[in-house]
Amino acid sequence: MTWESVLDAAAAICLLGGSFMTLAAGVGVLRFPDLLSRMHAGTKPQVLGVLLGLAGYALRIRSGPVIWVLVLVGLFQLLTAPVAAHMVGRAGYRTGKVASDRLLVDELTIDLVQAQRTEPGGPTEEPTETPPSSQS
Amino acid sequence: MIVVAVSGALLVVGAILAIIRVERGRSMLDRMVALDIMTNILVIGVALGAAWTRRLDAVPILAALALVGFISSVTVARYAAVEPDDEGRIKTLEEIVDEESATEDEAEEEKR
Repeated sequence: MTWESVLDAAAAICLLGGSFMTLAAGVGVLRFPDLLSRMHAGTKPQVLGVLLGLAGYALRIRSGPVIWVLVLVGLFQLLTAPVAAHMVGRAGYRTGKVASDRLLVDELTIDLVQAQRTEPGGPTEEPTETPPSSQS
Repeated sequence: MIVVAVSGALLVVGAILAIIRVERGRSMLDRMVALDIMTNILVIGVALGAAWTRRLDAVPILAALALVGFISSVTVARYAAVEPDDEGRIKTLEEIVDEESATEDEAEEEKR
């Protein structure tokens, strides 16, 4: 058993794991009932799947400079995934896609209700029904 | 070889399930999450194909996909608006026929 076949086997395991993450995400995004749990399923290939795929590719080609570019790709993925998830989650909350009664912890609704109580003459409607024009 | 076939099959099944969610939707953001999964499937698929043939020219593709992949969901989330419940679906054939005949009637009345 040579060193190269060990690396190839590791690459195969990484690629299989990355592909399995996308299958899990597909099942999750189809079966889960609301936006936040679908986002939870969608992050599996976004970070772990892509990193495993890149690791498998790097283990197969084994050349120094290319591996650094792949590390950079993985870093970009780690930087951009939270940005996208934050934007989607915030837009979902502000357009009323997040049902507060399905959540165990919903600190934003508590804070919004408290802020409206302390504000004299403020709007008394439910915070999830604020119009989307208030987006900034 | 077997690994590539199995991984490819997993990727394709995951992509089909994500596309079913894109079609069913319910809201723009659900579709955007599913399309984000499609982008990631594309990245992993490119890495898988390049790893199989040991090609080096897929590296810039991966870099570009990682850079621009998140722009679509950020853009759509920025312009997301409250949609009525009835709006997030594809119209049936009867509805399209009704609407088109209605607009044709209006056009004919304008001619008179």
